[in-house]
Amino acid sequence: MAFWRRNTHVEKERRVKANARDHNDRFAYADNHIKTSKYNILTFLPINLFEQFQRVANAYFLVLLILQLIPEISSLSWFTTIVPLVLVLVITAVKDATDDYFRHKSDQQVNNRQSQVLIRGSLQNEKWMNIRVGDIIKLENNQFVAADILLLSSSEPYGLCYIETAELDGETNLKVRQASTVTSDLGDLSKLMDFDGEVMLVTLRNASRGFLSFSVFMLVKVCGLASAVNLHLFMPCPSGEVICEPPNNKLDKFTGTLYWRDNKYPLDNEKVLLRGCVLRNTEWCFGMVIFAGLQTKLMQNCGRTKFKRTSIDKLMNTLVLWIFALLVCMGVILAIGNTVWENLIGQSFQDFLPWNVYQRNAVFSGFLTFWSYVIILNTVVPISLYVSMEVLRLGHSYFINWDGKMYHRRTDTAAEARTTTLSEELGQVEFVFSDKTGTLTQNIMVFSKCSINGQTYGDVYDEFDQKVEITEKTPCVDFSFNPLCDRKFKFYDVSLMEAIKLEDPVVQEFFRLLALCHTVMPEEKSEGHLVYQAQSPDEGALVTAARNFGFVFRSRTPETITLCEMGRSVTYRLLAILDFNNVRKRMSVIVRDPQGHIKLYSKGADTIIFDRLDPSDEDLMYTTSEHLSEFAGEGLRTLALAYKDLDEDYFEVWMKKLLFASTVIENREDQLAVLYEEIEQGLKLLGATAIEDKLQEGVPETIARLNLADIKIWVLTGDKLETAMNIGYSCNLLRDDMNEVFVISGYTVLEVQQQLRNAKERILGLSRVTSAAGDVGKTDVLADDSVFEETLIAEYALVINGHSLAHALEPQLERTLLDLACLCKTVICCRVTPMQKAQVVELVKSHKRAITLAIGDGANDVSMIRTAHIGVGISGQEGMQAVLASDYSFAQFRFLQRLLLVHGRWSYFRMCNFLCYFIYKNFAFTLVHFWYGFFCGFSAQTVYDQWFITLFNIVYTSLPVLAMGLFDQILSSHTGCRRPVQPSLPEPLQTRPAKPPLQQAPVLPVHAPRDGHILPALLYSLRSLFPLSERGRLALLRPTNICRYHSNVLGHCRECSDWT
Amino acid sequence: MGKAKVKPGPLGRRPDNSAFKQQRLPAWSPMLTANSVLPFFYVMAVICMVLGVWLLLTVQSTQEIKVDYTDAGTCNVCLEMRKNVSNAAKSCSCTVRFEIQKAFKGDVFFYYGLRNFHQNLRRYMDSRDDGQLVGKKANLKNPSSYCEPFSKDPSGLPVAPCGAVANSMFNDSFSLTYHGSSGLTAAVPLLRRGITWYTDKNIKFHNPKIDNLTLPQVFEGTAKPLYWQRPVYQFEPLDPNNNGFINDDLIVWMREAAFPNFKKLYGILNRTNKPFKNGLPAGNYSVEISYNFPVQYFQGRKGVVLTTLTWFGGQNYFLPIAYLVTSGLILLVAVVLTVVWWKFGKNGNNMQE
Repeated sequence: MAFWRRNTHVEKERRVKANARDHNDRFAYADNHIKTSKYNILTFLPINLFEQFQRVANAYFLVLLILQLIPEISSLSWFTTIVPLVLVLVITAVKDATDDYFRHKSDQQVNNRQSQVLIRGSLQNEKWMNIRVGDIIKLENNQFVAADILLLSSSEPYGLCYIETAELDGETNLKVRQASTVTSDLGDLSKLMDFDGEVMLVTLRNASRGFLSFSVFMLVKVCGLASAVNLHLFMPCPSGEVICEPPNNKLDKFTGTLYWRDNKYPLDNEKVLLRGCVLRNTEWCFGMVIFAGLQTKLMQNCGRTKFKRTSIDKLMNTLVLWIFALLVCMGVILAIGNTVWENLIGQSFQDFLPWNVYQRNAVFSGFLTFWSYVIILNTVVPISLYVSMEVLRLGHSYFINWDGKMYHRRTDTAAEARTTTLSEELGQVEFVFSDKTGTLTQNIMVFSKCSINGQTYGDVYDEFDQKVEITEKTPCVDFSFNPLCDRKFKFYDVSLMEAIKLEDPVVQEFFRLLALCHTVMPEEKSEGHLVYQAQSPDEGALVTAARNFGFVFRSRTPETITLCEMGRSVTYRLLAILDFNNVRKRMSVIVRDPQGHIKLYSKGADTIIFDRLDPSDEDLMYTTSEHLSEFAGEGLRTLALAYKDLDEDYFEVWMKKLLFASTVIENREDQLAVLYEEIEQGLKLLGATAIEDKLQEGVPETIARLNLADIKIWVLTGDKLETAMNIGYSCNLLRDDMNEVFVISGYTVLEVQQQLRNAKERILGLSRVTSAAGDVGKTDVLADDSVFEETLIAEYALVINGHSLAHALEPQLERTLLDLACLCKTVICCRVTPMQKAQVVELVKSHKRAITLAIGDGANDVSMIRTAHIGVGISGQEGMQAVLASDYSFAQFRFLQRLLLVHGRWSYFRMCNFLCYFIYKNFAFTLVHFWYGFFCGFSAQTVYDQWFITLFNIVYTSLPVLAMGLFDQILSSHTGCRRPVQPSLPEPLQTRPAKPPLQQAPVLPVHAPRDGHILPALLYSLRSLFPLSERGRLALLRPTNICRYHSNVLGHCRECSDWT
Repeated sequence: MGKAKVKPGPLGRRPDNSAFKQQRLPAWSPMLTANSVLPFFYVMAVICMVLGVWLLLTVQSTQEIKVDYTDAGTCNVCLEMRKNVSNAAKSCSCTVRFEIQKAFKGDVFFYYGLRNFHQNLRRYMDSRDDGQLVGKKANLKNPSSYCEPFSKDPSGLPVAPCGAVANSMFNDSFSLTYHGSSGLTAAVPLLRRGITWYTDKNIKFHNPKIDNLTLPQVFEGTAKPLYWQRPVYQFEPLDPNNNGFINDDLIVWMREAAFPNFKKLYGILNRTNKPFKNGLPAGNYSVEISYNFPVQYFQGRKGVVLTTLTWFGGQNYFLPIAYLVTSGLILLVAVVLTVVWWKFGKNGNNMQE
């Protein structure tokens, strides 16, 4: 971690004592002064120069400069190098300096923000930078939180407060934070003055992960002991402190303990306000600073993003190396020429030009000539190319930002290129890995069906018991009896309403569960006008459904939930919330109803819930699971619901264990998970819900076009097999005319292996696989396969589920999986974990040498987005985490088409043409000197004026190439979309890196400048006069034309050179 | 990347709908089909052909005669004499005769030419002091180190002008005589002034000026270049505008040639008097050479060139030939393309794809 490098000692835990600056000062925690700027006035020059000369290009220039200072070698004046060098350095330095200046300014602005700090019993205004760890500060509504603080109390009941974390993770929905119950009454200053609690945060990171956890755990124990010893040594009366984890960058994790009045209280993420949040809907709150300044989680997250390099970058590096080798070659040739010439001819010319001392030795003279030519020919190594490419990429990414066709009107989001360095890579994408929910679909959830107690609701039947297609005209259920209903909600099956009216207890329990078991926040703007703030759209849909069916969720406090059940207001005491997470895949609440019964309500993924059902429910389970697969077949998202009556005594025992577990510091989460598991057993099934997630606009068309462009689309989704396949069909990924859809769903390695083999056999024909079966790794077989791959016309699809994928991703099977997957047109992986998503991407990335793109919208896609060459985030309903991790972001999946087929292709072609053109012009310019060497006795005499050489690249010829690189359009955007297959390239453009066009470039001008020495110069200087006329389609300027231009200008030049 | 400024309003983040930002700048993208490409090729071939023929005619209208006098006529004696270094100071003159069959019309230019003389070696080209030549007094007495080893004479006096370029200045001189058919013999008058570039004469070369001192006084304390017979201020003592550093011959020589074979302007025919009013009449000519410049060390040749000029320059066939060859090639390609199109492309749609 960056922080650890900065500080010499490793902070293993953090102890903070409230209102005790002296005490806290001993630990040398960072203060709240932030500094994001890199330089100050004094250090700017040395540091910036040092950084700049770390670039190869600049260093190369510097070496040249040094060479030029040796008079025996110097064939060009020093200014030919220093002018471009200084120009590049100055431009970069100015850019850095302005950047840094703005950083200084924003630092200063932030550091000088005012905040109210409790000092010696009174609130005083203090600048942010003067806030220290352990201070108690007061925040008011709509204020930014100044540092990471522990919430102590607030104006709202129960120490609640609401925050918006837009600056932190981009999510704009309100989140609740609640102060610990012991501190929530510290509302006034005198009480706060007395608060001398101490916060202790102990290393507890990744304790649940792999075998490392044990060692970490041991470390923690040791540290814990040490701290305990310290505690007793230095503080005979440990009245209180907070002990917590050292600064880290995990926004959603916090572990600590508050020691106060000889008690320990657990602290978690819910009690902490992070710097960068904004206080909302809360008049004021008090908090104690735990992390300040650079150690806050916000600042810890401001790391530099990992630099992704494009294949053109790599290609260019090798190209530059080759060109450099060529330069050395030319130098050697000319040096040898010089040696020979001096011996044969130069000797007889001595009367007019006597040899110097060093020239007596022809070999040494040749050696010096070599260096002279290295200086003269240096322009052949396209150093300014790097800078120009940066400019181009920046321009390309601005074009993406500006693209009106990638602007989504409804959400007011334009596309955003968050990385500027990848634009041409977009044109080479071969594999697209897509999330389903929120990416292919809208992620606007609509409660559409349910199964209650073995009975399905949601379909509409006519009088002949035939299913009726639901259209706009189908009459909706009338919810008018319910004044609190949501008018936008539509449901078509009247029978469910009737069941409720009949007061069927199971149906009632079903909706009660939906109304109770969730984490939605209600906002009642005016009487009866409810707005739900849901973190996941599924929850919102379910709660809204319950609301319309008469179980209105009205308000919640930390300890109660108030429903309005069929018009009656009922308040439930909330005893515990058993949180949802990706591992548990379920959430539960334990409530005490007004009658005093304790009940556990649980909802979650069907497999998970079914595993924990009471055995007596088996029959119902079978009918329900039939219904579930029916729902899933229609592409709906399903959840199973269950409840359990709890025994008072049993619950109390459990609750004690829970309380204890929630105060332990070491692997608290594991212990909690075990406890949760313990109580969520023997559940009684209520039924299942089915939520519809509509496809986004234009998804099938986009997929079809990307398919035509030979881009393979793999869908990686957490959904069920049936749901995934259904979506696959509806968005054109799977089609009925496909030869076969293979479904891999084995539970053991062998099974999976067998299924994969079988599928491959079916595709390739029996004989080929049997020969390959014994030794999969043999190269000739693989090579054969890949040949066969190309000629395969039949279309296959592969669907693989999470279980099988786990096995298939093991080292011995991954190759088989990949081969099979690449034979198929479509691959759908369902039930995959975020980790597996990344693994699949990694698999393709490492074995196929293809450019991969991952697109997703949720936090579960972040790993995949980070792994792929290009990550695309959809700014949708599920917050901004995916977007923050991505390289490109936009609002709708269909924009991917434009991004890849228009912008990607343009960038790619522009970049390739630009490189060709650039290298061509440098060669044409420089090789003149090579050929001239044969006329001037290899004496490293230049042809051009020195200022011309100096300014050729940076002034005279920089605009035309840049203009071409920015504005040239190989195809109109319209054609680009309509014809996804690149017409002029027989193979899919992605499989061919930029090599072919680039290799031609240097060859052309080798003979071109032979006679007309000034010709390329003239040609390009003419062009530079008319940069705007280049805006068209310069790519069409064929090499023949260029040659012809040459011959035209050439004669004139002959003239010129003869006249001298 | 910096955050874009967000305008207020519901569509605040919508990108501007301008031609530039939406990449809709007007552009012309020619559709390459046989119908457009083939005519283009033919037209280009014709244009190149016309240009080539025109230039050829222009070039042919110029007249040029080259006379290599290295060992021609009586000059072989001088050549032999110059082979011996000890004879360097002895003068030697010889005569070469040649005949002009067709009268040279218009301005006639007299060049001397050298072959195999490398004025383009880097160390040779650097071996001069531009500061000295532009008349800087400091450089006069203290020539730049680039001039080594021609910056000081053996006795330690600074050389003016210094350096290898000036030292190796071409020092043959010519007088051209016309032998008319009627036995009339007339010296061909040559204008020996105005043969330099304006910038050279007026900007890059100046004599050093010290108050009222005469040129020889100014150059006192400097030595003449090693190979020279006279110091620089004795080029033309009577004409202050052609003496010293601003002597036209010196200036012409100091502008180094780019190639080892080159010609340099010596004089322009003075057409004020008969029979040279219209140029050089046909007939026999002789050129008397004061043969000083040794070329045998570097297997060089020297000669004189008489030529007329057009707007296009001297007699140089490169460009017309280049045009004609290009034209031929384009025509060839065009024909091949036509045949290909005729045979395969006409009915196929692959051209459009």
